[in-house]
Amino acid sequence: MNLRRRKKDLTFWERIYIPEIIKGLALTLRTMFKPKFTVEYPEVKFIPPASYRGRPVLVMEENGKERCVACGLCARVCPPLAIEVQAAETQDEKERYPVKFEINMIRCIFCGFCEEVCPEEAIVMSKDYELSFSSREEALYGKDKLLTPIKQVQDRIDFLRHYK
Amino acid sequence: MPKFVLDGIEIEFTQGQTIMEAAKAKGITIPHFCWHPELSISGNCRVCLVEVEKMPKLVIACSTLASDGMVVFADSDKAVSARNAVMEFLLINHPLDCPICDEAGECKLQDYAYSHSTGESRFVEEKVHKPKRVPLGPRVMFDAERCISCSRCIRFCDEIAKDPELTFVKRGDRVTIETYPGRELDNPYSMNVVDICPVGALTSRDFRFKARVWELSSTKSVCYGCARGCNTEIWVRNNEVLRLTPRYNKDVNSYWMCDHGRINTFKFVNDPSRVDGPFMRHNDNLIRAGWDEALSKAVSVLKHYTKEEIGFIASPYATCEDNFLFAQFAKNVIGSKHIDFMRHYDHSFGDDFLKQDDISPNSKGVELVGAVPGKGGLNFDGIMAAIKSGRIKALYILEDDIVSANPEFGKILSKLDLLIVHATNFNKTTDLAEFVFPASTYTARNGIFVNFQGRAQRIRPAASTIEQDRSLDGMSLSRLDKFGTQYDSWATGNKRDARSSWKILQALMQLYGIKQKYSLAEDVFLDIAKNIKTFHGLNYEIIGDQGSLLNLVVPETAVKV
Repeated sequence: MNLRRRKKDLTFWERIYIPEIIKGLALTLRTMFKPKFTVEYPEVKFIPPASYRGRPVLVMEENGKERCVACGLCARVCPPLAIEVQAAETQDEKERYPVKFEINMIRCIFCGFCEEVCPEEAIVMSKDYELSFSSREEALYGKDKLLTPIKQVQDRIDFLRHYK
Repeated sequence: MPKFVLDGIEIEFTQGQTIMEAAKAKGITIPHFCWHPELSISGNCRVCLVEVEKMPKLVIACSTLASDGMVVFADSDKAVSARNAVMEFLLINHPLDCPICDEAGECKLQDYAYSHSTGESRFVEEKVHKPKRVPLGPRVMFDAERCISCSRCIRFCDEIAKDPELTFVKRGDRVTIETYPGRELDNPYSMNVVDICPVGALTSRDFRFKARVWELSSTKSVCYGCARGCNTEIWVRNNEVLRLTPRYNKDVNSYWMCDHGRINTFKFVNDPSRVDGPFMRHNDNLIRAGWDEALSKAVSVLKHYTKEEIGFIASPYATCEDNFLFAQFAKNVIGSKHIDFMRHYDHSFGDDFLKQDDISPNSKGVELVGAVPGKGGLNFDGIMAAIKSGRIKALYILEDDIVSANPEFGKILSKLDLLIVHATNFNKTTDLAEFVFPASTYTARNGIFVNFQGRAQRIRPAASTIEQDRSLDGMSLSRLDKFGTQYDSWATGNKRDARSSWKILQALMQLYGIKQKYSLAEDVFLDIAKNIKTFHGLNYEIIGDQGSLLNLVVPETAVKV
C-alpha cells in the first residue's frame, strides 16, 4: 500500500493552529472592506456583456417585421434540432418570410450555431438567461416570444460583425 | 471499337458520340449546365470546356465528336482554370438569393460553385437587375436574375413538348426569357422545365416555399394519374406528401412527366376527407368503429346473402396484390362469379407523348390478376343492370369512386341492401355505403402497378399510416424522421388508421375460416407469381426500380421518347 506522505511535516506553529486561524480571520476581515462582486439576484439583475450567449431571438426591424427570410439554415445546422421554420410567400421585396418559427427551448443548447450560419443577421443570441417553464408546450417559443426589437440586440449584432 | 483517352482513362465510343456522351456512358460526368441527354446540343454555357491534345484552343465536350486516338484532359491546369473562369462569369450577375431560392440544396450552380469555382468574385460593380417573380404560366414562376441562359427550357418546349412558347429576348447581360406575346407557358408538360432548370430561375408555383429540399425524404414510386405509370419520386416531410418529381426510365417516361400527374395525384393524400379507421352506418350516419367489430359485423351481414346476390367491383386504382386477393375472396371464398371493374377512360386526356386515355394506373394489372367475370358471371354493366333489377342485393367495391365517375350509378347503388366499400377518402360512393374500410393510399403501400405497355412497376410506401414505422419498415428517412420524438410537432405528422386493401381482405377471409400466411405485400405477389403465368418468375427484387415487361401475348412496343 502506498500511503500518501506530506511533502514536509507541519512546523510547531502550524501544528498548534491558532496562528493559522488568526491568519484566516484577517483575510476575511480585509475582504469585508473591499468592493463586492456578488449581485443580489433576483432583486438585482446581472446584465451580461455582448459576448454572452443567452436565448436565441429573432431580430425585428423598425417597421415591425422580422428580418428572417425562412431559409432554414438555422434549422439545418441546429445540432439538437430545436428550430422549426415554415416559410410562406410575402409581397415584400424579400419574397419569403417565416409563417412559423418555433424554437423548442427544451432542446436548445445555446451553442450559437444558428446566429453564426444566418445569412441575414436575423437570429442572434440575446442576453436573456431567465428561462423557466412548467410544461413541454410552454417551452415552445413561437414568433410572439422570439421577435425582439433590433435596438435591444444591437450590441450583439455589432459584436458579431466584429468577431464573426 | 474506337477509343479515346480522358484524363488517362481509356473510353470506348461509337462513331458519332460526343466526348460528353461517351464519358457519361462510362460513368464519368464532365461538368455541364446546358447539355441534357434528351435535348439538342446548344453549347452556350461553356462550362464543359476540355483540353484536347493538338487542338489550338479548348473545346466544349458536349458538342465535340469523339474520334479515335483523341487525348482529352478535363482536369489539366488549362481546363480547370477555364472552368473557374466560366463559373466566375456565370456568377457575375447571379444574385445572392440562395436563402430565399427554392432550388437551394439541389442547385447545379451551387454545387459547381463549390466544386469548380475559386470561391471568390472580383466583380465589384452593381449587378444587373431584372424582374423577379414573373409568372410565366399557371404553374411556373420565373426569376430573371437567377437565369444563366442555358436555354434548356426553350429547347424543352421546342423539342419535347412540341409547343414552342419560350424564347430569349435582348442581348448580352440583359438577355432574358419571355413567352411569345399574348401567350403563357401552359403546355401540359410545362413543369418539366422546373426540373431541368439547373438554377432556381424556374420554380414550381405549387411547391413554392413549401419546404427546403433537404428536409424531405424521397421514395421511388410510380405516378397514379394514368396508365402510363411514369416513374416518380415522392417527396415527404412530416408524413405529408409535398411534391412529385419524375424519375428516369428510358422505356416509360424518360426524364419527364405531365403536369396533371405532378400536381393532381397526391393532394387527396393530405386531404382532411381521408377515411381514418373503419366506419359503419348507424341510423343514417357513418360511425367510427373498431377493426374487429367492423370486420365481424361485415362478415355476418354478408352471410345473409347467397353467392348469386353479391357483386364485386375491383379497382384499377388498387395494386395487383389488392385485386388478386379481392378476386380470391370473391371467387373462392364467397363463390361469386360477378366480379369486374370499372374502366376509367377520358378521351380528352390522352396525347401522343406520355398521357394515356386510360386514367387509372393499373387497369391492365386488374385484368391480369383475374379480377374479371368468371364463367357465366356478369361484367360491370351486367352487375349494374342486375342491381337495378334487384338480382344483386349486396355489392363490395374496392377503392373506386364509381358514383363520382358516373353520377347515374348513385341511383342504382341506392337500391342495394348492402354496400361495402374500401376507400381512401370519403366520397359520393362512401355516402351510400354501410361499411367503409380505410384503405391506405398508393403513397403508403407496397405493390405492383401494370402500365399500359404491360410493364410491372413497383410502388413503395413514402408516407406512413398508423401501423407503419418508418425505420422498421425500411421506408426512406429524412433527418427529421430519424431524430424526431413523439414530442416534436415536426415529427408527429398526421397518421391515419388505414391499411392496404389486401390486409383488410385477409382479415375478412380469416373470419371465413381461411388461414393465410401473408405478412407482407411481397408474399401476396409471390403467390401471384406462382399462380398466374404472366407473372412467373418475378419478385420485387427483379422488378426493381425500372420495372419489368410482362410476357403478354401481344407485347406493345415501348414508347419512343
